[in-house]
Amino acid sequence: MVAVQNAAGAPAGVADDAPVKLEVRDLTIRYGSDAALSNVSLAIREHEIFGIIGPANAGKTSFLKTLNRMDMFNSNMRVNGDILFNGLDIRRLKNVYALRSRIGVVFPLPVGLPMTIYDNVALSPRLSGMKNKADLDIIVERCLTRAALWDEVKDRLTSLGSLLSGGQQQRLTIARALSQEPEVLMLDEFSIAVDPVTTMRIEDVLKELKQEMTIILVTNLVQQARRLASRTAFFLNGECVEIGETEDLFTGEVKDPRTRDYVEGRFG
Amino acid sequence: MFETSELNVHNQRVQRLYRTLFLMMTLLLILPVLLILGTLVVKGGSVISIDFLFTSPTDGMTAGGLFPALFGTVWLVAVALLISVPLGIAAAIYLSEYAGENWFTRIINLAIINLAGVPSIVHALFGVGAFVLFFKFGTSILAASLTLAIMTLPVVIVATRESLTAVPHAFREACWNMGATRWQTIRRVVLPNAVSGILTGVILEVSRTAGETAPIMFTGAVFFTPFLPQSVFDQTMAMSLHLFVVSTQVPGVPEDLPYGVALVLIAMVLIMNSVSIAFRMYLRGKKKW
Repeated sequence: MVAVQNAAGAPAGVADDAPVKLEVRDLTIRYGSDAALSNVSLAIREHEIFGIIGPANAGKTSFLKTLNRMDMFNSNMRVNGDILFNGLDIRRLKNVYALRSRIGVVFPLPVGLPMTIYDNVALSPRLSGMKNKADLDIIVERCLTRAALWDEVKDRLTSLGSLLSGGQQQRLTIARALSQEPEVLMLDEFSIAVDPVTTMRIEDVLKELKQEMTIILVTNLVQQARRLASRTAFFLNGECVEIGETEDLFTGEVKDPRTRDYVEGRFG
Repeated sequence: MFETSELNVHNQRVQRLYRTLFLMMTLLLILPVLLILGTLVVKGGSVISIDFLFTSPTDGMTAGGLFPALFGTVWLVAVALLISVPLGIAAAIYLSEYAGENWFTRIINLAIINLAGVPSIVHALFGVGAFVLFFKFGTSILAASLTLAIMTLPVVIVATRESLTAVPHAFREACWNMGATRWQTIRRVVLPNAVSGILTGVILEVSRTAGETAPIMFTGAVFFTPFLPQSVFDQTMAMSLHLFVVSTQVPGVPEDLPYGVALVLIAMVLIMNSVSIAFRMYLRGKKKW
């Protein structure tokens, strides 16, 4: 395990004065006339793992989509409010491609693109114009290693990424996200299609990665948030019910009884 | 506990009956194909020779070969493809990858469906009006191929669009999330995985084009010409029209000659289709997800 854990075994918090990486103010997301998320305001600090928990239809995935402007691809999706990335309002950003390349995304179901393992990881650098084979080799090896996949695939980098097992594909997806050298890594229920052992390996990877980047972890496993996140937000039916130090959510120091009920498994 | 009841026996008998019925229907489908091929081979096989394929008709079309028609059909199909394939693929990419779901795309889709339903003789008359007369291409390979291209455009568009939509949407999303533009996504992820389907569609397309008669008979194909076309502005003979001519328009043609022409035409189409099917099977074996 890594050294960033405190005595109680809970993830170390990030200092309160750490710079804010991402800030959301009065964010409301609607699909047509149905609100998926209402009036959410929160700030995510640099180098923290920020957990978002909540049952289905809470608005968690919609929230992630607005952070890298993927809402553009859904004409039915209406977004109001301010989203500040490094203090810049991304709603007014022209170059959304640059924004997206700074944010790595991992989906609930692993998406190994139908190309070789090597090409999967080299895709993002190539998209940004890198052609030198030696440079690409270095990136591919480094990202696969950091995603804890290198040892399993180093002898077959030319086989198809889409034919790997589910757990391997999910680590491939993480390696691909890392190849973007992202400032923020967003994971949307990454462990849904992954076995428990692989899940633990990925969790270890995340603990190390937070030294270099900010991680937003959406999960429906409350214990996963407890293991990883320094602070956690609880979303329920399009409302951000509570934001706090993760440990507080579990020790009962909650402002809203619904949070305690969810965390203790009484509903959801 | 596993005794056979009367109901079991009945069910199994009915099941066998239906199985046989469906098998018969399937066999019935193959019958016309076998009959056509058999008749052509028996009645026209005797005229097939290297000379038949590579010489011109002689003695007022009652003897000799069909080379100018074969050559002309290759020209017509090639030029038609050069026009319809880039156009059709571009349109399909726009409709599938860029266009949203709105009144504009609905109208275009309606137009494509209607274009596919227009009878070929109507296309022929349109070709005469537009390409032969208005654009002053005259009766030429260009006019005939343009007519064929417009007629086959819907097939290319539909085949391409289906291959594109068969590529899972998650691949595109993954790519967009990395900061790729729509075009980068299309070029690096969508097209490489759709190209097999597109090519298969195009080859099927070729075989259809080769057999069409009506659209070319007023626009570029002629009864007889002793010269091979030198450019797209020349007229040409064509297999399908040649078959029509030797079967009905010229007196004194020996009976096996039209069958021979038909055999060559159908062999052309069958070879193209076989290539297409083999190609599809090969690519299906390499399925990537």
